[in-house]
Amino acid sequence: MNNLIGMILIVVGLIFDFFGCLGLVRLPDVYNRLQAATKCVTLGTFSIMLGTFVISGFTAVGIKALLCGIFLLIAAPTAAHALSRGAYKAGVKLWEGSVVDKYGEDRAKK
Amino acid sequence: MRSKIVLFILAYILWALLNWVPDWQHLLVGVFVSVFVVYLTAGLFPTRFKYLFDIKRYLWALYFIPVFLYECIRANFDVAYRVIHPDLPIKPGIVKIKTGLKSDIALTFLANSITLTPGTMTVDIDRSNGILYIHWINVRDTDIEGATKLIAGKFERILKGIFE
Repeated sequence: MNNLIGMILIVVGLIFDFFGCLGLVRLPDVYNRLQAATKCVTLGTFSIMLGTFVISGFTAVGIKALLCGIFLLIAAPTAAHALSRGAYKAGVKLWEGSVVDKYGEDRAKK
Repeated sequence: MRSKIVLFILAYILWALLNWVPDWQHLLVGVFVSVFVVYLTAGLFPTRFKYLFDIKRYLWALYFIPVFLYECIRANFDVAYRVIHPDLPIKPGIVKIKTGLKSDIALTFLANSITLTPGTMTVDIDRSNGILYIHWINVRDTDIEGATKLIAGKFERILKGIFE
């Protein structure tokens, strides 16, 4: 039973990881791509880790997988935040279809 | 001193989990490693440990987890839908939102939660004015009040209960 639940979690994780990668290819600019990368890949990978934990239970592998998953949930959005801020400061433009840029307006005012 | 003891206990638990299954050799080495970690990082962590024993905060945290998970899963389906759709239905932009949260850790959690919820990603934080800049994949409201309500409305109250 645990095996089945674990496998389902891993497959769901792989599907979301795939959507994340597809988003990386299809979406137009750095910021939109980061959106796809953080959301889908974070939950997808977390789901794979959780599946590993469910299959192996409270063993050396299972506990480490769970810890990795929790750290990933904290670290991935922080990394995305740092990347997008860095990209903006380095002068990467928004996609031309973007409707509003309050950040640029406020930076121009300073 | 008390904050160092709490940090030591947390580091030691983490060590024990990383070296699962515990046996006495690992646990003994863990004492030295944890003391070393506390010695190195004691200055980096917040010191308001009196809040550590406040039951109400844990109840708020328990309430936060399902709300966060629901939003996180919804975010994934949202992105998946936008990526698969042949016309790529996106309308991106960077908007401003206001927040009443003050402490570092609450702002960190708010920014991270916003990043993992549907269509939004924190780009920068202006702490002195309590303003967050959010990249929104499908802008529905460019106004500061409207955007605040749509993006941060759910989390702000809960995070206030946990951290402030």
